[in-house]
Amino acid sequence: MVTLFIDDLEVQVEKGSTILQAAQQLGIYIPTLCYHPDLSTFGGCRVCMVEANRKLVTACRAPVEQGMVVRTDSKAARELQRMVVELILTNHNGDCLACKKNGECQLQQVANHVGITREDMDRLRPIAPPADTDQSNPFFMVDRSRCILCGVCIRTCEEINGAAAIEFGFRGNRTAVVTSNNSGIAQSNCESCGECLERCPTGALAKKNYERPTREVKTICPYCGVGCAIFLGVRGSRIVSVRGDSTSPVNRGQLCVKGRFGFHFVNHPNRLTSPLIRRDGQLRPASWEEALDLVASKFSDIKTTHGPQSLAGISSARCTTEENYLFQKLMRSLGTNNIDHCARLCHAPTVAGLATVLGSGAMTNTIGEIEGAGTIFVIGSNTSETHPVIGYRVRKAVKKGAKLIVADPRRIPLADQADVYLPLKPGTDIALLNAMLHVIVKEGLQDQSFIQSRTEGFQDILPVIEKYTPEFAEELTGVPAEDIVRAARLYAKASSAAILYTMGITQHTCGTDNVLTLANLALATGNLGKPHAGLNPLRGQNNVQGACDMGCLPGVLTGYQPIADAAVREKFSRAWGLEVPANPGVTIGEMFTRAHKKEIRAMYIMGENPVLTDPNGNHIKECLAALDFLVVQDIFLTETAEMADVVLPAASFAEKEGTFVNTERRVQRIRQALKPIGQSKPDWEIIRDLAQKCGFGWQYAAPVEIMDEIRTLTPSYAGITYERLEKGGLQWPCPSPEHPGTPILHMEKFSRGLGKFSPVEFNSPDEMPDQEYPFVLSTGRSLFQYHSGSMTRKSEGLNLLHGEEYVEINPKDAHALGLTPLDLVKVVSRRGEVRSKINITDRVSPGNVFMTFHFSETATNLLTNEKACQVAKTPELKVCAVRLEKAN
Amino acid sequence: MSKALETQKVFPEGTLLNSEKPVILVGAATCGRASGAIEVIAALEAKLQETGVDAILRQVGCAGMCHAEVLVDIIKPGHPRITYGHVTPDVARQLVEDYLLNNNPRPDLALGTSGEGSISGIPILADQPEHKYQTRVVLRNCGHIDPTSIDDYIAQEGYKGLPIALAMAPEEIIQLIKKSGLRGRGGAGFPAGKKWESCLLAKNTEKYVICNADEGDPGAFMDRSVLEGDPHSVVEGMTIAGYTIGAAKGYLYVRAEYPLAVRQLRTAIAQAKERGFLGKNVLGSGFDFELEIFQGAGAFVCGESTALVMSIEGRRGMPRPLPRPRTTEEGLWGKPTLLNNVKTFACVPQIIYRGPEWFASIGSENCRGTAVFALTGKIQKSGLIEVPMGTKLDTIINEIGGGVSGGRKLKAVQTGGPSGGCLPTSMLNLPVDFDSLTAAGSMMGSGGMVVLDDSTCMVDVAKYFLEFTLEESCGQCVPCRLGTEQMLKILHDICSGHGREGDIELLQQLGEGIIAGSICGLGQSAPNPVLSTIKYFREEYEAHIRDQRCPALVCKELIYYQIDAAKCKACGLCLKACPVGAISGAKKEPHFIDQAKCTKCGICLETCPDKFKSIERVTGKQI
Repeated sequence: MVTLFIDDLEVQVEKGSTILQAAQQLGIYIPTLCYHPDLSTFGGCRVCMVEANRKLVTACRAPVEQGMVVRTDSKAARELQRMVVELILTNHNGDCLACKKNGECQLQQVANHVGITREDMDRLRPIAPPADTDQSNPFFMVDRSRCILCGVCIRTCEEINGAAAIEFGFRGNRTAVVTSNNSGIAQSNCESCGECLERCPTGALAKKNYERPTREVKTICPYCGVGCAIFLGVRGSRIVSVRGDSTSPVNRGQLCVKGRFGFHFVNHPNRLTSPLIRRDGQLRPASWEEALDLVASKFSDIKTTHGPQSLAGISSARCTTEENYLFQKLMRSLGTNNIDHCARLCHAPTVAGLATVLGSGAMTNTIGEIEGAGTIFVIGSNTSETHPVIGYRVRKAVKKGAKLIVADPRRIPLADQADVYLPLKPGTDIALLNAMLHVIVKEGLQDQSFIQSRTEGFQDILPVIEKYTPEFAEELTGVPAEDIVRAARLYAKASSAAILYTMGITQHTCGTDNVLTLANLALATGNLGKPHAGLNPLRGQNNVQGACDMGCLPGVLTGYQPIADAAVREKFSRAWGLEVPANPGVTIGEMFTRAHKKEIRAMYIMGENPVLTDPNGNHIKECLAALDFLVVQDIFLTETAEMADVVLPAASFAEKEGTFVNTERRVQRIRQALKPIGQSKPDWEIIRDLAQKCGFGWQYAAPVEIMDEIRTLTPSYAGITYERLEKGGLQWPCPSPEHPGTPILHMEKFSRGLGKFSPVEFNSPDEMPDQEYPFVLSTGRSLFQYHSGSMTRKSEGLNLLHGEEYVEINPKDAHALGLTPLDLVKVVSRRGEVRSKINITDRVSPGNVFMTFHFSETATNLLTNEKACQVAKTPELKVCAVRLEKAN
Repeated sequence: MSKALETQKVFPEGTLLNSEKPVILVGAATCGRASGAIEVIAALEAKLQETGVDAILRQVGCAGMCHAEVLVDIIKPGHPRITYGHVTPDVARQLVEDYLLNNNPRPDLALGTSGEGSISGIPILADQPEHKYQTRVVLRNCGHIDPTSIDDYIAQEGYKGLPIALAMAPEEIIQLIKKSGLRGRGGAGFPAGKKWESCLLAKNTEKYVICNADEGDPGAFMDRSVLEGDPHSVVEGMTIAGYTIGAAKGYLYVRAEYPLAVRQLRTAIAQAKERGFLGKNVLGSGFDFELEIFQGAGAFVCGESTALVMSIEGRRGMPRPLPRPRTTEEGLWGKPTLLNNVKTFACVPQIIYRGPEWFASIGSENCRGTAVFALTGKIQKSGLIEVPMGTKLDTIINEIGGGVSGGRKLKAVQTGGPSGGCLPTSMLNLPVDFDSLTAAGSMMGSGGMVVLDDSTCMVDVAKYFLEFTLEESCGQCVPCRLGTEQMLKILHDICSGHGREGDIELLQQLGEGIIAGSICGLGQSAPNPVLSTIKYFREEYEAHIRDQRCPALVCKELIYYQIDAAKCKACGLCLKACPVGAISGAKKEPHFIDQAKCTKCGICLETCPDKFKSIERVTGKQI
């Protein structure tokens, strides 16, 4: 500790603290402009000049010294502070009333503090600030006439987001914040996260069409699985703003473009406002009474006629944990385990694979630990676009010295920061990972004591990995052998190594095997059960973890308690007052197949849009059309809802209470900001009312009651109460009200006892390119859109940034096909065809093309292959064979 | 020691001075080339071939006498070397004819001789004031050796310091450098031995040596001349430095506007590697050292050490604010880095070879060695000069430089480039070194020295330099970016007659604030030209502000032209010459200038015949 004196007050601070920090501890205000607590210090504005030991220093940078005497208000300091502020004001657009930051402007505050007068300013010559503005971004504008060149935005972009899209450009009085090539901000690699405008001290970066909210409600972002804590800004009965909650350990106040700006769907005029019933082939408004009566009677009739297995339900990873609980409870009360949700299309192989070898199928470590990892291995995850805030952490880790390995057929943005980039051929992950294991074992880099004390079956994998030499793997994967060796060493030698993966691993016919191979890698190097390491499947949806936890899966009840276990069934039957069915249910893919065969007659789909999101879309439509009765519950009339017999209007996340569980198993509260739009109702109310119509007599008055029921039936949730959640999220397992939650799984021992190695052989994907269909199509997501676009495409701004499909194709292939940038193509697979614009880019390698599945006009899933992983039934969305034809 | 010395056998014997054939040297550095050296060389080649004269024709660097370019030296065996100035292709051909063929040394074209003996009618160069007061250490080889020939360098005591250094312990070398009193030649004059020592003491397995050749002051070309004329001296100096601090890699940061310097350096590096003076296992000592050239993109501020380092790292060059670790502790890629100027490194081999006492015997008490200046402006003999530290300003201007050109009077001397200041004639007795110049409100800087005569407006001069610094400010700190612009605005107002009472005090206040508040040396010295001119020429500022007068008749908006009716003979010349028709008059009727139309181009003044002198340029309130 160091003792010093600031304006005669004594203060003790940590060695290495700055004078500014010491002053803040004393509550002494020192004016600053270029300083921001989240960022490295810059020292450029010179406003924080103080006198320390009779020398003028910048308080934001100068370290404290023992016995130092600081005067924040000495004549020299005051004069300099005043000069600097005066100079800034000579070059600043002083029309404060027209400025969006008026009242919140740090320059105003600083000018007030130093006491600028009209006479002071009259001595000086005004210097016209640049008049240009950059309006290219739909969400914010750059007003250079108000820019004071403090560099906060530049450091934010580099240090918070990591995109480093802006930098100082030019020199002298032409110095400006510019993008590379000095293009418009929207044409740059800016990710529109808006972190810079949150920190800009003046009105130079300001939201467009900003309305100040009249109140704010703390809740959780409804997009991806990161689970960022946000404040919804409400004005009247509209959402007008979103800002990050800086106290959240998950996002520390940071957000991505969708989280901050993609809230327009809530108040969108296309929201469903009343129940709809199909009459004479048309969906027509109806009352809740009519609609629910109809659904209940249809379910009852079909059950009576065709048996309970003729009913099926798809729950929603977008809805709350409580709603998912009620949904599966309803389906099971109706006598069927035919219940599933979109996890089937994403992390089912993770849940299946990891549960087998570790005993738990969830992310083992926390988001916050990523920053401290020695090595980060990102495989099959476009983290910076699909989980942007985790992407920030990865980039930050790299900045702090972590090594980054990226394995992806597509040169995703993170690959640009990677120490080793492994551009493997789609579907060859096992060959790559086995070869890494081969190198690790051959070089003796495995963690022998961990293998001995914590695992079993290591010997079983040795004969298998023996033949996967780096050279052999190079033949299979196309990745140079030496890069495989480098990656293996970086991973194995790291103090701690974290694996991050998503759909690139799971959406394969060998999805579960891929997961098992990753588990082998982590087990062999002892990277489980310790901080900054682990096996981290990043969950794609805001509450896909919660939907899985709640047993919206055919084989398990809440907390992954197996339906096959009679004791478990007994417990639930007793609690629910009816017999829980024992015969296993079917997965989404099988539901559709069975619907086609008329074995399933009625479906209840809540908050999902399989017509666009599931593989082989034409087939999905045929199956849905074959149903006797389809109920869709959603906030919009989606492509799937358009096919329904009854449409039930649901309230959005902003209109209800409940919890979301993020990717790191953190249960977090969402809170109601608005009254449900029109006649829409929260999903839990709809399910409850429907259950009543079905004669189950449910009486839940609020989600908290549902959670209390979940707690009593689910050991890993037993300690999670709304009361505790008020203070912040809790990570399961949380077995008792005193338990603090579990940030890192498998610390002392694995949930199943010993971690288990699994010998895994490489097999080619189901549909390989051939002469007729020479390209491999992989699908994925874009930073600016989300899934089938039902939410994001309601935002004009997001559409402006990325509003239509562009097939990514390598320049060599484009050249061979005679394609130029403005051409349209027809993409054809064995299952369907779509038309699209193209993006000629070397982000994809020759022979591969990439498409998103956000746009109904270019419904990519008409092309994809429904052939699925045998274990987890997850379809191979990452590989199918297509051909491209020019289609101008 | 023995092993290193053995390698000396690779040194060939002297190549130039003992030649049995006539040797012709042509100054072909950038300055020579700009004056037509390439054409002269072509003419000489053709003439030699035509006449069959067997002579060695060599291109050499800049000998410093820029006022007499193109320079051609001819050394005939057994005769002193003759330096000819203002050589054109015609003169060159004539010299071959006259001197080499017919033994007529053409005293009329010669500037002087050097070496043993004399030639009648040609003065001895070293006896002339221009050379008498100079001592050449840094520039010793410039203009004398072929920079593309490592043998030429070796013949001039080149690569004699390196083997000695390699046989010494690093600490011994540092003691030796300290003893020599060498101070960094980049401008600030930081003791080189101290800097080297802190770099040696910095604990790291990876260290770097950087040569700062980002010479950017307007009118300064000292470093360029050394790199173009004697690149090996810098290569040798850097290698010694690398060995001393324990670096395996050095960078030469050369501005891309110096293509010839880059070319000569590339050649020198390749030759030094070939001979084992550079690269793996230097002279068998076990010490490895590589040199790489990094071309700067022309940002003046990248001459500042931390900005330079950022620039090499591929980032935008911006000086890092204090407090920060010294570059010697945390420099390039975060590693200890020794950064010195071209001239500093060029001194090192000789200090090692000739001993620190030799170097310390040159110069003044606290500033040992020599100072190199690019002497320009209104001076008779402009060029590159090198004098012992402490030489009086008067000696430099009036002896070496031959006084003010054009028969005008000396008004001020500007040193230190845009960071420096203007010294009045009253300071001619000032001994020139780091400390005295700083004390006088100017600075040594990198070595620009601009002579200003009495036709110079000091406010205008201050404005010129401030424009430069503002243009080159990196823009990161407010005092430098906006403070200099504010000062410049005020100067513009003063020069255009819009100065206000209080502006001088405001300029001083801003200047002091900028010095106190700026991040780096650029901002901290930017106000110097203004503050020093206010200090020494305040009355000129006052005349501009109070009387709207520019005493030097320079500031266009404060001057006007008028015709003295009594002197005008109505010849009509000015009337015809005026491009805007501002002059009216008829035969036998004195002409008149319509001030509303006049653009103050001054053509009328030049046109008016000397015998009349009826047009005058005046300043002050218009009549």
